[in-house]
Amino acid sequence: MSSRIGVVTFPGSLDDRDAIRAVTLAGAEAVSLWHADATLQGVDAVVLPGGFSYGDYLRCGAIARFAPVMEPLIKAARDGMPVLGICNGFQILCESHLLPGALTRNDHLHFICRDQRLQITNTTSAWTSNFDMNQEIVVPLKNGEGGFVADERTLDQLEGEGRVIARYLEVNPNGSRRDIAGICNEAGNVVGLMPHPEHAVEALTGPTVDGLGFFTSVLKSLVDNGKVLA
Amino acid sequence: MAIVVVDVALKPEILDPQGRAVQGALGRLGLHGVTDVRQGKQFVLTIDGEVTADKLDEIKKIAETLLSNPVIEDFTVEVKA
Repeated sequence: MSSRIGVVTFPGSLDDRDAIRAVTLAGAEAVSLWHADATLQGVDAVVLPGGFSYGDYLRCGAIARFAPVMEPLIKAARDGMPVLGICNGFQILCESHLLPGALTRNDHLHFICRDQRLQITNTTSAWTSNFDMNQEIVVPLKNGEGGFVADERTLDQLEGEGRVIARYLEVNPNGSRRDIAGICNEAGNVVGLMPHPEHAVEALTGPTVDGLGFFTSVLKSLVDNGKVLA
Repeated sequence: MAIVVVDVALKPEILDPQGRAVQGALGRLGLHGVTDVRQGKQFVLTIDGEVTADKLDEIKKIAETLLSNPVIEDFTVEVKA
């Protein structure tokens, strides 16, 4: 039995199709989840994809956080189910308080779209275990509100506990504190990432296939934790 | 009928690049001497009936959970009429 990984579509999600493709290429069964459903259909893990849920009205992710599907998702995440939030998904996870901090408007005010070099700085989370420590990867980055902020104490805590999972290399593209591109929760099952690994899973369409590592990592973690059979 | 106004502003320590861009425009339009601009949001809630203490508490709770993000924003709630 292969792992079943859900991908939630909110009104305004953009990258749900690419996330489904990435999940499938990694070898899992992708399950489409709908924002208005109050069930996760028994999936083993969930990806919250990028986009502009609810038009980014109010604050990015602020309205999506109260979508019916988020109720079982927040509960499952607290119980250890792997959840990856990419870009808008990261914003939703912060708004849900599953991850600390917040994402704010890029310090230079421009929407940015580029291939971004990252350094992986955590290899124990559910979504990064297939990488090597300090491995450098290149995946697309595209955001208008990607500046990660948190108070100094929270930033110290994230760094001290090894919960910064990726940092921007060469250039800080959005003013994120301490070059943080992604973080995880204390248990390591919930990961938020501003750049887009789901756009870097095939040589034909991506700058690299570096992004696949996030999706193969979660498959490995599900097998290791006995959630699914290898 | 009553009006309740919720003002939301970024915390002072959070960078406000939009406010800074507005500040730049002010100078170009000839308004000088503005040392800082902070941009916020205002929600005007029209309430059916009277705003009781309980109702005000409910509104404050919503201001804290939905209308603002306490990680980066402060808010004030004011009953207008």
